[in-house]
Amino acid sequence: MDSFTPLTAALGGTLIGLAAALLWLGNGRIAGIAGIFGNLLPASRNALWRLVFLICLVLGAFAVSRLLPGLGGDDPIRLVEAPASWGIPTPVWLAAAGLLTGLGTRIGNGCTSGHGVCGLARLSLRSLVAVAVFFGVAILTVTVTGIV
Amino acid sequence: MAGFKLPFLATAALSGALFGSGLYVSQMVDPLKVLRFLDVTAIPAGGWDPSLAFVIVPAIAVMFIAIRIGKRRQAPLFGTKFHEPASKAIDGPLIGGAALFGLGWGMSGICPGPAISLIAFMPDNLWIFLLTMAIGSWAGSWVMPRFATTKAVMP
Repeated sequence: MDSFTPLTAALGGTLIGLAAALLWLGNGRIAGIAGIFGNLLPASRNALWRLVFLICLVLGAFAVSRLLPGLGGDDPIRLVEAPASWGIPTPVWLAAAGLLTGLGTRIGNGCTSGHGVCGLARLSLRSLVAVAVFFGVAILTVTVTGIV
Repeated sequence: MAGFKLPFLATAALSGALFGSGLYVSQMVDPLKVLRFLDVTAIPAGGWDPSLAFVIVPAIAVMFIAIRIGKRRQAPLFGTKFHEPASKAIDGPLIGGAALFGLGWGMSGICPGPAISLIAFMPDNLWIFLLTMAIGSWAGSWVMPRFATTKAVMP
């Protein structure tokens, strides 16, 4: 299956970069989704803009999917299923993955956007280490599970 | 602060919408697309999909320019200050947390941005992932004394 899509990837990446640039120069905030999501939960004084951002994140993806259907890849988009030979029900597999994602991004203070896009753009060594670790572990995980 | 609340919220809204659009256009919202990038074992057979490298590089480049512009300004347009991440420490929590996240990401192919954007498409089991991600994040803030001290509002 030839699924290499460099042009839409670069266009999407540019949009993500512009979104992060706007939030930084406009509001002085880092566009790290795990952080924006995580700090929403114990409803803080700054919860409103985080909520607005996340609602518009969903609306933006929805609107473009209607304007340019099929551009986002497989339609309908499906989540993964647990590796067949492991004997783990898919909901349990995804619950574990969700728990690890929430816990890890909170303890490690960032995700693909916070450390990956914003941190690397800030030339933060801390973020470079985080990115190397989570990419490395993710690659290793995919290799071990053979989930693709 | 109240004086520039609306422009501040409008900026957050526009940024969120641009971010969501970018996640969709780049296909970061498709877990299989992400996993095909992470599956480097497919390189020898020629089945590897390097697309996601083409997402993160321009995203970093645009943000890099924004950071440089920001350095020449006292404050952001609609906020009181640039909220630079304070910590520079390369410590256990950073590495351990990143490793846990990498495991979750490799198991599912979804990181937090795509996970939330996927609400637009409602794939089966998404709510399980979002709910457990929220629980994990909350548990993390409880585990980390650093966070617990600033967010000590218990229900």
